[in-house]
Amino acid sequence: MTSTLEHDPRILGEEPGFRGALNGYRRRLRSGDLGQLPVVLGLMAIWAIFAIASQGHFISPGNLVNLSLQMAAIGTIAVGVVFVLLLGEIDLTVGVVSGLAAAVMAVANTKAGLPGPVAVGLGLGVGVLIGLIHGFWITRFKIPSFVVTLAGLIGWQGALLFVLGDTGTINMRDDFVVGLAGTFFTGVWAWGIAAIFVLYVALTGALGRRRRLSGGLAAEPVMVVSIRVVVVAALTAGAVLVLSGDRGLPLSLVFLIGLVVVMDYVVSRTRFGRMIYAVGGNAEAALRSGIRVDRVRVAVFVLASLFAAWGGMLAASRLLAVNQSSGSGVELLNAIAAAVIGGASLFGGRGTIWAALVGILVIQSISNGMDLLAFPSPVKLMVTGAVLLAAVTIDALARRGRAATGR
Amino acid sequence: MGEAQRVPLLELSGVNKSFGAVQALTDVQFDVSAGEVVALVGDNGAGKSTLIKVIAGIHPIDSGTIRWEGREVSINGPTDATALGIATVYQDLALCDNLDVVANLFLGRETMDRMGPVAVMDEVSMERRAVDTLRRLSVKISSVRTAIESLSGGQRQSVAVARSVLWDNKVVLLDEPTAALGVAQTKEVLDLVRRLRDEGHGVVLISHNLADVFDVADRITVLRLGRYVGTFDAPTADHEEIVGYMTGAIAAERAAAVVAPQATA
Repeated sequence: MTSTLEHDPRILGEEPGFRGALNGYRRRLRSGDLGQLPVVLGLMAIWAIFAIASQGHFISPGNLVNLSLQMAAIGTIAVGVVFVLLLGEIDLTVGVVSGLAAAVMAVANTKAGLPGPVAVGLGLGVGVLIGLIHGFWITRFKIPSFVVTLAGLIGWQGALLFVLGDTGTINMRDDFVVGLAGTFFTGVWAWGIAAIFVLYVALTGALGRRRRLSGGLAAEPVMVVSIRVVVVAALTAGAVLVLSGDRGLPLSLVFLIGLVVVMDYVVSRTRFGRMIYAVGGNAEAALRSGIRVDRVRVAVFVLASLFAAWGGMLAASRLLAVNQSSGSGVELLNAIAAAVIGGASLFGGRGTIWAALVGILVIQSISNGMDLLAFPSPVKLMVTGAVLLAAVTIDALARRGRAATGR
Repeated sequence: MGEAQRVPLLELSGVNKSFGAVQALTDVQFDVSAGEVVALVGDNGAGKSTLIKVIAGIHPIDSGTIRWEGREVSINGPTDATALGIATVYQDLALCDNLDVVANLFLGRETMDRMGPVAVMDEVSMERRAVDTLRRLSVKISSVRTAIESLSGGQRQSVAVARSVLWDNKVVLLDEPTAALGVAQTKEVLDLVRRLRDEGHGVVLISHNLADVFDVADRITVLRLGRYVGTFDAPTADHEEIVGYMTGAIAAERAAAVVAPQATA
């Protein structure tokens, strides 16, 4: 007995096999379920335009290493933003918290003389503490997260200035701290890390497929899994090859991708992840199902501040300094924009952790490309805004199409 | 009906419930047995919703007795009702639109599997059980991995009902399950109600729609202004008569006389 349900003839289900999967994908596209397609096409267009306009500079190994380094910090912050958006909330403090945590780390390291790892741990602790405060305030007093974190945005900025004191700027010299963004893998190391990543994608695909088949359920055709693994392997190998042409595979990029992989696993496979989607989709239903909604909210705000803190320290490591404007520039807006461009809905319950990675790649590519072409700041800001608007518009139109076709 | 030995699954008698100055339920009696559908009808403000909430444990009763399989019990909260095996499907269904059918069926009670140090959801066994349950109830859904937002109203209702019987609940309370549904979808849901009965569940159905009530119910309990009017065998009851009891056009005393032999059976 196969585990299929009685069919309503009006509903088109997935047909078996590779052809069926292909047809299903085409049908989803036509009905407005575009998935990541617009972002991927947009990214390819952006890369093509900048590659041509910069006469190849954009895709040179040196620039791509720079791009990776630039992505790591805000991409890490964006992972936390995706968590908050999944819940249907917002955290406006991720920028200043990244600056504050970096400042605490810098002061602990350079002024108090604490060793690098301890200082970084202290910075992460600051993130956790701030997240707890946000979560407590939002759940205990039922105040919208927008307002609580708006207050935080101002208040933590003050805390940042207080921590830095009269110095204003603190330069980082600690080997450990500088090493976070200043370490590169080459040769065997880089290829080994790439191999582990590809192996992970292949294994999860193959094992997941086998589990479903042994349970008597329909599974993805071998062809689809294979194509995905081959594409991932090719992209990974290409990236390592290009990056090795310069300094190598940056440790901070490995951190970012590792964080995305682990958090994606948490969100899609654990009960905690399921709770986040449930609360974001229908908090009342989640509550009636016995989910402790407030605990989930607090936990998510802790994660957001924790990842903001970590991202801020990666930024400090790359820039070799923390100053009064750390985290108060484009960090907040770019992190939110990245999450949204990657497909996380502002209304909660929709999107994946990968949104952070895809989104930051788009945002940072544009920023990096325009820097290469020496665009002035006003133009950069306007273009970034237009791309964000385009991304959410495509999503909104696609969603309307989805509603119209009833899928 | 009428077997002397038969013990109802759930039996309420002499139930009173007031909210401040409002006497919502006065001396109400009600019972449902395994394998039957009892419809609860009445005009707006008759006390149907209050009675459902009393059974579901949301409003504890002021006085009266509640028996579960013949044994007197007290229901002081939703968890008491759930522990007894009473499931309630409210009108708003309480489904997460963004999650798929499997996730909604198991929300809050996911089947877990150990993967080394972390516990992960056992999607395969949950999906199998979801498919089995939906097939058993003949619910038509193209894939259990479809998000709720893509389903029709009838399918959503069916998923909510399926969730209530996934955990071996003996009594299922359905609050206006066919409100806002089209003709075909209403039939789908009513068929589902019949299958629950055939599986041995005691089904309590609240509905404004008497056509639906006469379609599926075995017995019909009428409430009016918070008072018990009477319980009627659906196959022999008259449509006009029930409306008369609901609106008060036929006095309750006469109704009591009509049902007296059965009510004490």
